[in-house]
Amino acid sequence: MLRYIFKRLVSLIPVLLGATFIVFAIMFFTPGDPATLMLPQDATAEDIAIMREVLGLNQPFLIQYRDFLLRLVQGDLGNSFRTGQSVIGLIMSRLPATMQLASASLVIAVMIGLIAGIIAAVRQYTVWDGGAMFTALLGVSMPNFWLGLMLILFFSVFWAASFGYTLLPASGYGTLRHMIMPAIVLGTAHAAFITRITRSSMLEVLRQDYIRMARAKGLSPFQVVVVHALRNALMPVVTIVGLRFGVLLGGSVVTERIFAWPGIGRLLIDAVRAQDYNVVQGIILTYAIIFSLVTLAVDLLYAFIDPRVKTRYR
Amino acid sequence: MAIHVRNQTTGESMPAALISVGAGRKQRTRLEETWRRFRKNKWAMAGMVLLLFLAVVAIGADFVAPEGLDDQQLGRRFLPPSAEALLGTDHLGRDILSRIIHGSRLSLSIGFITTSIGLLIGGGLGAVAGYYGGSRDQAIMRIMDVILAIPGFIFAVALVTALGPNLTNLMIAVGVNSIPYFARIIRSSVMSVKENEYIEAARALGCSHTWIILRHVIPNSFAPILVQATLRIGDTIIIAAGLSFLGLGAQPPLPEWGAMLSGGRQYLRDAWWMATFPGIAIMFTVLAFNLVGDGLRDALDPRLKN
Repeated sequence: MLRYIFKRLVSLIPVLLGATFIVFAIMFFTPGDPATLMLPQDATAEDIAIMREVLGLNQPFLIQYRDFLLRLVQGDLGNSFRTGQSVIGLIMSRLPATMQLASASLVIAVMIGLIAGIIAAVRQYTVWDGGAMFTALLGVSMPNFWLGLMLILFFSVFWAASFGYTLLPASGYGTLRHMIMPAIVLGTAHAAFITRITRSSMLEVLRQDYIRMARAKGLSPFQVVVVHALRNALMPVVTIVGLRFGVLLGGSVVTERIFAWPGIGRLLIDAVRAQDYNVVQGIILTYAIIFSLVTLAVDLLYAFIDPRVKTRYR
Repeated sequence: MAIHVRNQTTGESMPAALISVGAGRKQRTRLEETWRRFRKNKWAMAGMVLLLFLAVVAIGADFVAPEGLDDQQLGRRFLPPSAEALLGTDHLGRDILSRIIHGSRLSLSIGFITTSIGLLIGGGLGAVAGYYGGSRDQAIMRIMDVILAIPGFIFAVALVTALGPNLTNLMIAVGVNSIPYFARIIRSSVMSVKENEYIEAARALGCSHTWIILRHVIPNSFAPILVQATLRIGDTIIIAAGLSFLGLGAQPPLPEWGAMLSGGRQYLRDAWWMATFPGIAIMFTVLAFNLVGDGLRDALDPRLKN
């Protein structure tokens, strides 16, 4: 297993290196001079020229990229053009909030998705199945930012108007009540995808001979479905959770914006608006690293669910 | 005029029709069969009707919409839904229904254009990678892996930041975002198709690689591509609306649905209709594409049903 983990970790290096190149290139060709942005508005042309020299901005692209990589491996992503704070420090102060939100929404999505998918498969072609599938279809078709606004409208605005207090806060951070709406908003589309994939995967497994055998030997329906069928139906579910984690991270940007959630998504949009490209670059790389690590974790989970995967790497 | 194919070994040319004898007739039958299955799926048909309705509304927006897309009447600001303005008015007194109707043009165009960018470039790269294999496949797919390592929405944010926030750049960013998605799908589809005997036969007849890819490989990989493209249109509409919601896409006064939602957010407490209806429009449009996409998938390959 250790050998497998090591090989997968090594295979991550060129991908992440490529990601740093793409992100650096995009930011390099973005209009706007970092030296001008860092200096006060009354800075002279001479000041700007000196600053460009200090920052190494007169060097060719590849030299600048090399220097960027050298700083990156030392954990230095530069400083914010606007505030002068270290980009790593800024990201690390905001990352826990984003990870909390992403984890909470993933837990909600997996719980709802698995339960709804299993019920839909076991009760195929009943009202339960139809209801679960139609709700899932609505879930994947609904923009999460709209759902967020509708929840605020209902739980904060209408509720306050009717009962004199807000059921759930429309913004803020720190308590479980603050997390409920953002986590639901971010998790809904994923719950819908997981429902669809769980249903189709379970339907396939439930037709297998060993399930018939398990039923024939008198196991309870719960044991047949959860112990025998679900474990074998989990592979595609794990795949979709892993693949869609990137979408979840992307969705967190909008969700954080709506609920004023102090994560890196909100920081990203603030930095884009302020043309603080060092921060933008750092955050995009952070997202790429998190997504790559989650993809790796999913691969490792495969090996746990299906031991045949490991043997390919022996 | 008959199309001729040049045999690369002998230099002789032969009628293309000989290479795929009866292909047209067989395809027509398959098309009829697919349509028959599609028609029987009531959800897919509902999606199709909804899409046709949206297309008619988008094309005839100038005639269907009660007012223009930016007709401001400050005397009737924040009018709730009523007979005078069916879906209410916004902070500048503009009719929301009219803006949604005009916006349907934008959202559908964004969906089709961005998906086409992804399909053409990604599809081309995927076809080359899948057909030739080897170092070309490795090079193309590793680049795709690198792009896919950055979450799609974040990558689009980065591109829009670099290009500048406007509608054209939004479409470029979302289109580029779709390239790896289609490259992967088409590569795997091409890889399975190229193993067929008729590809070997075409090769033996001396057809060029380009001819084989365009005439045999792509048409036979068409079914999964069509399904994924239909589903992708819905996704791109949501991504684009999300970028506009953040102020990184269509700029005022364009009635892009995401931008309208963003504008409505500020007035959520006083004018709930401003944010509610554009969101419903997005949801129904995406739902229509998803219904049709799911229906097409089931109709093209009934084994995938369930």
